[in-house]
Amino acid sequence: MDNLNQLLLGFQIALTWHNVAFMIIGVLLGIVVGVLPGLGGPNGVAILLPLTFGMDPTSAIILLSSIYWGALFGGAITSILFNIPGEAWSVATTFDGYPMAQQGRAGEALTAAFTASFIGALAGVVLITFVAPLVARFALRFGPAEFFGVFFLTFCSFIGMGKENKAKIVASLALGFLLAAVGLDTISGDLRLTFGASELMKGFDFLVVVIGLFGVSEILLTIEEGLHFKGKRAAIDLAVVLRTWAALPRHWATLVRSSVVGMWMGVTPGGAIAASFMGYGLAKRFARDPERFGKGEVAGVLAPETAAHAAGTSALLPMLALGIPGSATAAVLLGGLMIWGLQPGPLLFVEQKEFVWGLIASMYLGNVAGLLIVLATVPVFAAIMRIPFALVAPLILVVCAIGAYTVESSRFDIWLMLVFGVVGYVFKKLDYPLAPLVLALVLGDRAEDAFRQALLGSGGDLSVFFSNGLVSTLMILGLLLLVWGPLSEIGRRLVRRLLPGRVASASP
Amino acid sequence: MRALVAAAVAVLPLASAHAWEPTKPIEIIVPFPPGGSSDQMARTIQGAIQKNELAKQPIIIVNKPAAAGGEAMLDIQKSAGDPHKLITTSSGIYMTPLATKLPVSWRDFTPVAMMAQDAFLLWVNAAKPYKTAKDFIDAARTAAPPLKTGGNGSKREDHLISVTMEQSAGVKITYVPYQGGGPSSVQLAGGHIDANMNNPAEEVANWRSGATRPLCVFSKKPLAYTQKVTADMSWADIPTCPSQGLDVTYEMLRGMFMPGKVTPEQQAFYVDLFRKVTETPEWKAYLERNALVPDFRSGQAFVDFLTEDERKHKELMGKAGFIATQ
Amino acid sequence: MIDASPPADERGVSRRLVECLVSLLLLGVAALTLWDSYGRGAGWDGGPENGFFPARVGWILAAAALATLVSALRREESVFVTYGQLRLVARVFVPLALYVLAIAYLGIYLASAAFMAGFMLTLGDFRWWQTALAALLVPLVVFWVFELQFRVPLPKGPLEAALGY
Repeated sequence: MDNLNQLLLGFQIALTWHNVAFMIIGVLLGIVVGVLPGLGGPNGVAILLPLTFGMDPTSAIILLSSIYWGALFGGAITSILFNIPGEAWSVATTFDGYPMAQQGRAGEALTAAFTASFIGALAGVVLITFVAPLVARFALRFGPAEFFGVFFLTFCSFIGMGKENKAKIVASLALGFLLAAVGLDTISGDLRLTFGASELMKGFDFLVVVIGLFGVSEILLTIEEGLHFKGKRAAIDLAVVLRTWAALPRHWATLVRSSVVGMWMGVTPGGAIAASFMGYGLAKRFARDPERFGKGEVAGVLAPETAAHAAGTSALLPMLALGIPGSATAAVLLGGLMIWGLQPGPLLFVEQKEFVWGLIASMYLGNVAGLLIVLATVPVFAAIMRIPFALVAPLILVVCAIGAYTVESSRFDIWLMLVFGVVGYVFKKLDYPLAPLVLALVLGDRAEDAFRQALLGSGGDLSVFFSNGLVSTLMILGLLLLVWGPLSEIGRRLVRRLLPGRVASASP
Repeated sequence: MRALVAAAVAVLPLASAHAWEPTKPIEIIVPFPPGGSSDQMARTIQGAIQKNELAKQPIIIVNKPAAAGGEAMLDIQKSAGDPHKLITTSSGIYMTPLATKLPVSWRDFTPVAMMAQDAFLLWVNAAKPYKTAKDFIDAARTAAPPLKTGGNGSKREDHLISVTMEQSAGVKITYVPYQGGGPSSVQLAGGHIDANMNNPAEEVANWRSGATRPLCVFSKKPLAYTQKVTADMSWADIPTCPSQGLDVTYEMLRGMFMPGKVTPEQQAFYVDLFRKVTETPEWKAYLERNALVPDFRSGQAFVDFLTEDERKHKELMGKAGFIATQ
Repeated sequence: MIDASPPADERGVSRRLVECLVSLLLLGVAALTLWDSYGRGAGWDGGPENGFFPARVGWILAAAALATLVSALRREESVFVTYGQLRLVARVFVPLALYVLAIAYLGIYLASAAFMAGFMLTLGDFRWWQTALAALLVPLVVFWVFELQFRVPLPKGPLEAALGY
């Protein structure tokens, strides 16, 4: 009840006309940086940060956090339209979003993505509103072993699906792990797999690889079919929003599951990227018809987007309550907090009530504003598909090159993008799945670090991964998910053998 | 005191040359990820310069955290002669090349100014019984498996402190490398490690909330800030480690470098710019908030400091076995 | 998704050949990894050494690559990409590679202008002024957004330097 009163107070603060104006500016700017690969939330926040020094801290954080919401929304747009994830957490959105766009359902995919983002973010804000201190304490229970448990669970929820050649799945996964291992090893402080090349020292950045693997290769594949994009004749009007919404209630289980996964990953802080993959993996695992995933299934867009946003939003909680940034944007925000003279940490909720609740209220309002703004842009973005290929293709490639460069301000990365473009083209044509590679690349070294940190702490004793209830639960859940596929297959066969007459109704 | 000397050194070249001004945006490269303490310093400087209109050109901050800052240093090395690039530095400027055999040295760069020194403290979880550094070392002597410290990363500043502490007290401690001071602070608050060696800024939030407690500061004299941080303690109330029988001292410079082969006029411009930055209220507030030791040096004084500091690092790292051999 | 079965009479690059090449490349990656990892220590020294995981993953990759190699040799021959398709792909890929090369020397702005113009002229049917407009506007808009608004420096060449950037 106390929280509700505080929240009402927060709304009073956030709903002044200039704060609402800041919110809209922030969301618009956020969408811009989210759409352009190479610019992200941190850029948007960093550019406005100096402007906010003279502002009241509450207005400043409202402006900056709105950029964050905008960037979260905007990341999905290029994933769906061009198969280029604007942000790392939108990679999983491409799996079904891009096929939908190819089928002329870009408007539907965009609406689904935006709405899912909104639902996820809302779940995260509700979490922050009501259980902040409790959850903050829970996050403290995560040591290296628990982190490894979370990553293990993510892998298990994602791997072991798909009908591709098993050897190719394994090869793709292994390649991802190896790419992730290149560069400086955190634990030993030594360089590895660089073969003395200073270009390799920084390792393979996830976004560079993905821009090549997904974006560039897709252009190459498209051109094989002739000089045009596929399936662009979509009806472009706002009615598509209503039609998509009408179908949403059917996916309630996916939305709820992804929200929970996202909140969990945001708080722990496994991060929005891991959350989006896990959300997608679980949705496919528990779907009635997993075969349809990857071919333009709405649930395949809803699941990762909901999870990513629930995580992205919940990630602000550890930042406020513990002073650990859950993401790079949060990290820059954190720097801002300190420059405004606020000390993030457990005392912030006590000492700066007005600020904290103003921020929380602005999370509700900022997401509503964000949703309205992005939905209004659906026809605009869907119309991009009608521009002739010979104009859009070079434009996309220019944007890809810029995106690859800006990640680390490295010209070498543009070459890497090109190389991975070819790799993606060949792999797709040979049915090597790309998702395991990307997942291993993004989580591989973090999982390895956590594993080795845990063992350093335990003196090499492997029982550390089953040393308490939390980590044991994570590991066992992971193992269960790993064997879920084979088990449910066996179960189905058993049912079929025992009840030969009821096959159709019994198969889940 | 020191500032006077530094100011005198800074003013010297000014008389002869005040001609050069930047003609395009100034890029400050931060060899650490956004949000870390180097990044915060760069952004504070950016804010102070823009708010007080100290430079006509805007400041851009570029984060290049790869390979413990090695990539950023190679970038500066390649940009010789470019007067619109700067790099923020910490002890990593000698430690990364020594630990990874990177062919780069601060001598290839142009030292501009040292902005401050950052202290390191020994922090423990507040729920643990250790009240003094001696308690901690005594516990470390008998602990099996060994007590755990955690921090920024392998072969980085706080790892060096941890190993030096082991050698000086003759105990065995396990160092767990995390990805930064932030995570290590949370791990300490959660009780997953027994101590860390964080900078004041990285740990102050958890100290104020009562989750962690400082035992001593790895400096020759206590910190200067007497304003209460918690209900009953200020930074100045924390004893030094040598006074507690733990004879380990270590401080880290926070400074600014330019690429090599820039003209003295260009260097003078930045020396003057940063001297002005240190006089702004934003900078002073930043120092106080992060309990940094103000220590502005430029010109020969800075070079002398670097030479001596590098020698010290070589010695410490050699003893700790951090220097790459292959 | 991708139409893998072109008309039987169309000739192209053998799929078996490409499969084998990719498998061999992956084997090469695995070998490099193993060489590097064992060189720096891939054992278990109170916990995994820094080559431990890469080495294990290297072995797994080698095994998977061998498996794909075997199945590639046993599979029925088909066409990976027809020569006609390859020609189309090359029409995009070659300019793209040249573009990336040009960025190194001319900076991204000039290179982008040339790339846009070249692409639109060879692959599209635009009027000359449309091409010119796109080639001019794209770099300018990029410059305005990245350099001026977001202060993100992009690769620049001699022209920008001459203009004072």
